[in-house]
Amino acid sequence: MLHIINKSPLSNGALDSCLRVAESGEILLIEDAVYAATKGSALEGKMKEAMDKLKVLVLLPDLEARGLADRIIEGVATVDYGGFVDLVASNKNCQSWL
Amino acid sequence: MATIEVSGKSYETDEEGYLINLAEWNKDVADYIAKGENVNMTDNHWEVVNFLREYYDEYQIAPAVRVLTKAIGKRFGAEKGNSQYLYDLFPYGPAKQACKIAGLPKPTGCV
Amino acid sequence: MSDIKKFMFVNRKAPYGTIYALESLEVVLITAAFDQEVSLAFMDDGVYQLKKGQQTKGIETKNFSPTYRALEGYDIEKLYVEKESMEARGLSEGDLLVDVTVLGKKEIGELMDQQDVVLSF
Repeated sequence: MLHIINKSPLSNGALDSCLRVAESGEILLIEDAVYAATKGSALEGKMKEAMDKLKVLVLLPDLEARGLADRIIEGVATVDYGGFVDLVASNKNCQSWL
Repeated sequence: MATIEVSGKSYETDEEGYLINLAEWNKDVADYIAKGENVNMTDNHWEVVNFLREYYDEYQIAPAVRVLTKAIGKRFGAEKGNSQYLYDLFPYGPAKQACKIAGLPKPTGCV
Repeated sequence: MSDIKKFMFVNRKAPYGTIYALESLEVVLITAAFDQEVSLAFMDDGVYQLKKGQQTKGIETKNFSPTYRALEGYDIEKLYVEKESMEARGLSEGDLLVDVTVLGKKEIGELMDQQDVVLSF
């Protein structure tokens, strides 16, 4: 299953909740959620832990827009818009967390 | 917004004739709305209308037709719990007509 | 309709403060009318939607909590509550206004995986 998060994890609980219940699958960080994919944030440890059970991806254009494309946590994969579409198509289902 | 006049009192309705304030409902208003729908209210009609009011009171929604049919069957017996019976009473649909007469909003999902 | 899909509505917002809870409930009722397999999951503040004894007169807002009890009549019998969220809010099953299945976080996650469609509110 593909989980899509679009809110900053520092001001919204969606990513936390998703990581709490999801045991497998992929997480795509888009819009303000891309901050979760950056080194040095308070969430870095949690993200690294999550990567043991989930594949974490980030939408590169959103990260670039925020000036953080050079700070991606190691192991987080980047996708462009075409890759986003491929992810949705290749997963059985997806949930856009609010 | 529109209004209807029943025995000297006026009631607000929406543009389709559904009562705005369901607390204002009474039998005279029901009769008036039924006449406008060409429905001649019999005991069987009242049974459904009163059931709908009770249902709304308990659950705060007007039931979908399928749900109403099942619930009517449970309460009043299988010979009444079918769509043939309900459409005979309310030819334009129990949801549309019976809810309107009962002073309820249109059921959710009924366009 | 022969093509029945499994729909899960994930409710994570408290009632009244925002419109999400009410909107979710309306979509649930509409979906049920199409004879699909519908289940509801309540986690985070969504658990508050099911708290017994809601009285909304004072805020002049419609109390839609009784409608959760109508869901059984719509053949929606699967209401899941995440245990961790419920306990984090000091609530227990007895505080809820309808019968639910309480599941741990992992089981909720597994159920999500099994759905055809997951809608988040």
